[in-house]
Amino acid sequence: MTVTIYIPRDSGALALGAEKVAKAVAHEVSERGLDARIVRNGSRGLYWLEPMVEVETAAGRVAYGPMKARDVPALFDAGLGITAHSTHPLFLGDPEKIPFLEKQTRLTFARCGITDPLSLDDYRAHGGLKGLENAVAMAPADIVKQVTESGLRGRGGAGFPTGIKWKTVLDQTDDRKYIVCNADEGDSATFADRMIMEGDPFVLIEGMAIAGVATGATKGYIYIRSEYPHAVATMNAAIGIARQAGVLGVNVLGSPNAFDMEVRVGAGAYVCGEETSLLNSLEGKRGVVRAKPPLPAIQGLFGKPTVINNVISLASVPIIMDKGADHYKDFGMGRSRGTIPIQIAGNVKHGGLFEAAFGLSLGEIIDDIGGGTATGRPVKAAQVGGPLGAYFPRALFDTPFDYEAFAAKDGLIGHAGITVFDDSADMLKQARFAMEFCAVESCGKCTPCRIGSVRGVETLDKVAQGVERDKNLALVTDLCNTMKFGSLCALGGFTPYPVMSAINHFPEDFRPHPVKEAAE
Amino acid sequence: MTMQPAGTEVASRTMSIIDDLKGLEGPLLPILHEIQEEFGFVPKEALPVIAEALNISNAEVHGVVTFYHDYRNHPAGRHVLKVCRAEACQSMGGDAIAAQIQQRLGIGFHETAKDNSVTLEPVYCLGLCACSPSAMLDGEVIGRLDADKIDEIVEEIRR
Repeated sequence: MTVTIYIPRDSGALALGAEKVAKAVAHEVSERGLDARIVRNGSRGLYWLEPMVEVETAAGRVAYGPMKARDVPALFDAGLGITAHSTHPLFLGDPEKIPFLEKQTRLTFARCGITDPLSLDDYRAHGGLKGLENAVAMAPADIVKQVTESGLRGRGGAGFPTGIKWKTVLDQTDDRKYIVCNADEGDSATFADRMIMEGDPFVLIEGMAIAGVATGATKGYIYIRSEYPHAVATMNAAIGIARQAGVLGVNVLGSPNAFDMEVRVGAGAYVCGEETSLLNSLEGKRGVVRAKPPLPAIQGLFGKPTVINNVISLASVPIIMDKGADHYKDFGMGRSRGTIPIQIAGNVKHGGLFEAAFGLSLGEIIDDIGGGTATGRPVKAAQVGGPLGAYFPRALFDTPFDYEAFAAKDGLIGHAGITVFDDSADMLKQARFAMEFCAVESCGKCTPCRIGSVRGVETLDKVAQGVERDKNLALVTDLCNTMKFGSLCALGGFTPYPVMSAINHFPEDFRPHPVKEAAE
Repeated sequence: MTMQPAGTEVASRTMSIIDDLKGLEGPLLPILHEIQEEFGFVPKEALPVIAEALNISNAEVHGVVTFYHDYRNHPAGRHVLKVCRAEACQSMGGDAIAAQIQQRLGIGFHETAKDNSVTLEPVYCLGLCACSPSAMLDGEVIGRLDADKIDEIVEEIRR
């Protein structure tokens, strides 16, 4: 029997040496003359165990990790592929029984880490394309209705109902419409888009094709940031395969619907994650924010009606069209329906991707699932939602993971990335960084963002130097108010979240240093 | 030393890139990416060629090239090292790692070493936030940076 050995091709695994492990495995296989097949899968998202090698045995898959090239020979000595038990020190047993994975509800990430990302047969064998098959047999309005009823909201951060956006585009009568996938995942602590593009690209292609069929759009673009070369390569390869197999093209799955797509690569501008900047960038312009209205759904790319959705929103559509709106809607709480791929990152023991229904508390995620800090020191703060998200102190760790609950605590879940900080973090420094980042990345169109962020850095520097602390903190607060309500987009508008949350929840860090030392 | 191509050569190589890509919708970014791939930077001689071919003004092309962090107006070193400076990497001691790297290479961010061996650039997130601090050397991703991995990077650069 041919033994199948899975070694991830995910960037996170590659960053931890997966390529060397793969070479060592290939070497042992040929050296020992074994009948084995190596599959480069996506990541399961358990990054503290990456590179995690999995072997298909008669009793199912077993995992080993974190592997180094030097651990590979022992893998073969320990009776690879013969039994589901092993004496290898890195033996993890059935990967699905690892608590971090066992506790998840994987809908969007159902195949990620399991299949060969570039095998369409694998994709079909694991339930792929069923959603699109259903969609091409339905009236566009019914597809839109099903997506609306699922309660799916934009996973990019804004949380706008996906079905309503689609309905607006469907209602337009233009001759040309577009589906644009926002894969400009620039927020620190987020990597869900990257993982799905590298680990299960067909699910995104399927989601975009469904969006095309549902709204009458025939052309799709995936705008991927240039910092993700592996995701770009995998998506390009997958699109080629999908086109060849008739999933894309003039007759999607043999239906009268035409839909094709291509990848476009960004050029290192964070603000292009904002949807209207992204559209300008796709058109070949400076990535400057557009004023809304007109909404992109009415006048988007090249002035045509455009669905612009995040990767995870689109990748969640196939399962909704396969299993039905109710199946998806039954997960979650309040107005936050379905599952959310939470990305646990930064200074955390068990970092990775945790897809679960909305409703877990922040504390459960960080302490129970994440296992606390990697350094072993106490958790001081968690920034939720990327560089524009608020810093939460432990006192607010009972906040449930839900769009409205986070908004009620002056925060946001954004793209669901969580950066954990231990007690060595200096929150004044973090607040200053938020302003500095805004200054570096501002598109320059509106004054509150362009000038406000620069003044914010200067004023926080004065606070750090102990110059008129109270007066300058009041000035920062006032400035944040102006940025929040006066900026055109979320870059300037949300930078106040990390700044004000740092000031409000960690006032001790904003005392001038001599006083701080005196107090200790 | 990297030889800088002469103006006419830049124009002809630029034209052939434009010919391949101008059929795309919104072709400017793909063209600029290809030009940077071809020359290692975007030569200023290429800009009027693009403007004419796409029927847009020189100012528009200049505006786009200077808006995006990726496009360089001068050649990079033989290696390009991008070190993540974003929050997840900061939480794992990224600032200290960045300081060590600058000290080892003897250059700051946005600088190229005198021997042209390396250009050091900041990057705001590589999506490797569960294996911070991270960096990218010539497109290869590196996670959990520590003193040993910095040694390996420096060795690779000096080789």
